[in-house]
Amino acid sequence: MPKKHVVATVADIPPGGRKLVTADGRAIVVFNLAGEFFALSNRCPHRGGSLCDGNLTGLVLSDDPGHYNYIRRGEIIRCPWHSWEFDIRTGKSWCDPDKVKARRFGVSVEKGAKLVEGPYVAETFRVSVENDYVVVEA
Amino acid sequence: MTNMTEHGAIDCDVHPGVPDVAALLPHLETFWRDQAVDRGLNSLDSNAYPLKSPLTSRPEWRGKNGLPAASAKEVGGQVFGRWQAGFAILNCLYGVQLLFSEDMAAAFCRALNDYIAREWLDRDPRMRASIVIPMQNTEYAVDEIERCAKDKRFVQVLVLAMQEVPLGRRHFWKIYAACERHGLPLGIHAGSSYRNPVTALGWPTWYIEDYAAQAPGFQSQVASLITEGVLAKHPGLKVVLIESGVTWLPGFLWRFGKFWRGLRTEVPWVDRAPWEIVRDHFRLTIQPFDAPDDPHAVERAIEHLRSDDILLYASDYPHWQFDGDAVVPAGFSPALRKKIAIDNPLATYVRLKEDAR
Amino acid sequence: MNIEVRARDHGQNTRLDIVDCDFHPKLTIEQMRPFLSNQWWNYIQTYGNRSRHGYSKGYAYPKMTPQAARRDAWPPGGGLPASDLDFVKQQHLDFYGISAAIMNPLSPTGQGDMNVELSVAMATAANEAQLANWTGRDPRLKSSVVVPYEDGVASAAEVRKRAGNKDFAQVFMLSRTGEAAGRKRYWPIYEAAVEAGLPVGIHAFGYSGWPMTSSGYPSFYIEEMTEHATSAQVMVTSMIMEGIFERLPELKVVLIECGFGWLPALGWRLDKQWKRLKDEVPHLKMAPSEYIKKHFWVTTQPMEETENPDHLIEVMNWIGMDRIMFSSDYPHWDFDDPFVSLPPTLTDEQRRKIYSGNARALYRLD
Repeated sequence: MPKKHVVATVADIPPGGRKLVTADGRAIVVFNLAGEFFALSNRCPHRGGSLCDGNLTGLVLSDDPGHYNYIRRGEIIRCPWHSWEFDIRTGKSWCDPDKVKARRFGVSVEKGAKLVEGPYVAETFRVSVENDYVVVEA
Repeated sequence: MTNMTEHGAIDCDVHPGVPDVAALLPHLETFWRDQAVDRGLNSLDSNAYPLKSPLTSRPEWRGKNGLPAASAKEVGGQVFGRWQAGFAILNCLYGVQLLFSEDMAAAFCRALNDYIAREWLDRDPRMRASIVIPMQNTEYAVDEIERCAKDKRFVQVLVLAMQEVPLGRRHFWKIYAACERHGLPLGIHAGSSYRNPVTALGWPTWYIEDYAAQAPGFQSQVASLITEGVLAKHPGLKVVLIESGVTWLPGFLWRFGKFWRGLRTEVPWVDRAPWEIVRDHFRLTIQPFDAPDDPHAVERAIEHLRSDDILLYASDYPHWQFDGDAVVPAGFSPALRKKIAIDNPLATYVRLKEDAR
Repeated sequence: MNIEVRARDHGQNTRLDIVDCDFHPKLTIEQMRPFLSNQWWNYIQTYGNRSRHGYSKGYAYPKMTPQAARRDAWPPGGGLPASDLDFVKQQHLDFYGISAAIMNPLSPTGQGDMNVELSVAMATAANEAQLANWTGRDPRLKSSVVVPYEDGVASAAEVRKRAGNKDFAQVFMLSRTGEAAGRKRYWPIYEAAVEAGLPVGIHAFGYSGWPMTSSGYPSFYIEEMTEHATSAQVMVTSMIMEGIFERLPELKVVLIECGFGWLPALGWRLDKQWKRLKDEVPHLKMAPSEYIKKHFWVTTQPMEETENPDHLIEVMNWIGMDRIMFSSDYPHWDFDDPFVSLPPTLTDEQRRKIYSGNARALYRLD
């Protein structure tokens, strides 16, 4: 049964940014795509590279050799090792979408208290209207 | 007991001998005929198959002049008589494709294809042939395909494994469109136009190295055809790898597939794994079959190909690839032998089913 | 960084002895400066290295990642991937518990430069630079004798200079040489290597000056990657057919980063053709596949990825589990992590051989 873990404030992860966090002992990378948050297991399902060290890119498709249909810039994370492409929104790999996926975790944004130094804990916290927390279910 | 041939098989690689340029003279336009005679152009024999090399012809299949048999009767005697094939596809390797002049090459290709039609196909209704095309000029090549395609006995287009530029390049695509249009597979046969050294490391010393290098040569072409998008653009095209050796294919596909997974963005029109594309579009003739004389090893090698559809029965007559009548190596199951002898060739060479006249 | 976030895998043997047979230290031209004459130093500043392709910097085929490196291998303190030994230790040697690593420096070493005289000068400097900055600083590292291979005689001299120095594990060449590796012009290198008791490690890459395929130059980087295997096939064929192994029965050759899935089929092909064309090469006294079994080793990276994992094991058995040696290719992007890259179905004994036993025996590391 997945639990909720507070992993960052919204301010920590601006649009286009990412943050490596730990929740329930697992390394998770959280991305902000134009205000929407997505979280993937940091471990590349191919050979275990660290996805948070990869580069963000767009998706290039083609239905005609020589034509490059480049869309969704910034929504694909490529593993820093073998360059496999993963769709941040779905976790699916582009070379083998049916069989290979990066593990996804549910992400939501919740209102919460001002951040204090130290590790985040998924426990009850005071609520303020000034800051938003990013909460990961894991 | 060595494995037999298959009765009624379609032999997908038989080589008609051409004794010398004189055999082509009757089929050349007058200007080119006079050019050949006046300039002393007597021979277009290729270094790919030195005439007296043991590989080029089994001794008992040579004529009195020591050269490979050059008549439909002699060749038919072995292929249809002894081996009981139903059809044979003639792949003529006489070196017309090596000429540098586009116009001369086109003229000699025309003459060669007419020579095949008159001296071979007309003499034996079981014979079929590949259209030899001048790769020097794409328009001329397409013209020759269009011309010969009218004769339904031409069932394939023939190019050599080693070219001036890789076969996948876009300026060749009109050729592949013509192939697709006419239901003609692109037949890539071992051999070189000798525009480049036969290896990426230059010109090797020994002939055996040249012949061994054909397998890497085929690998480069498969990589090119797939990465450039030839199969994406021509989904109806079939490619036949003729006299390639076969067993290099799985190891090649493992590496190619591995790198495609990470490098897909360079060639985004390659939208599925290379091994899938190969199993859909590529076929391989079985001689030579590079494996030990061990049925178990052959069986394992076949298993690694992961497809019953991919192999085509072929003797590679008169090249000396096997002894006796062992056209199909021991290790092929009876069911697979039948499939490669009839079903697979018919699925590949769709024009075989059409009326020849 | 994998340092902070890597989770340990199931079944990982933390006491596994790992010898990495392909580590690429990034030498710097400054590290080589003390060992270059003023003339050659000025030459490099002015004219630079010129490979047998068009670009003065960079590569003929653009890589998929900068420097062809893992994106997480850039040292936090600056510099190119694998230029900072401390970071190499942290991210690679210490992290995986690697007990020995064979260094295969790729640049700047001058190998294959259009100017063979420059290659000669840079080779000796690269060897000194390895000793001073790498093997001298970490006993786990072994240098390779960089040779200016297009000059066989100068190469032999460089090998003889290093013979007896236990810091050097092998003689080092690239796979795309100006002529195929079996040709007589390279024989002095092999003679010197055998004399020195060193294997010859031949690593994928280099620019031969010939088109990259027998049909000209391909268009794409992905084709260059497949071509390393095809040129290795040509290289192995040449070495066998030219008879160097009859001349030097003790010669040992390591195929580094060439892949290995193609090797059994090559042996079969050569055997088949040799049976027919034996009269052309009477200097061969045994079947080509016998020469392969006797004289060649392979490194694992880039590990083959098969559809059916049993087929990979079959191929490894055909080659011989005692001929296969683990390599990582650190810091390159197609790097193989030692904990996850080998097939999980290997036996403990096979694992021991591949991870270290075979390399220790070949390179005499003990």
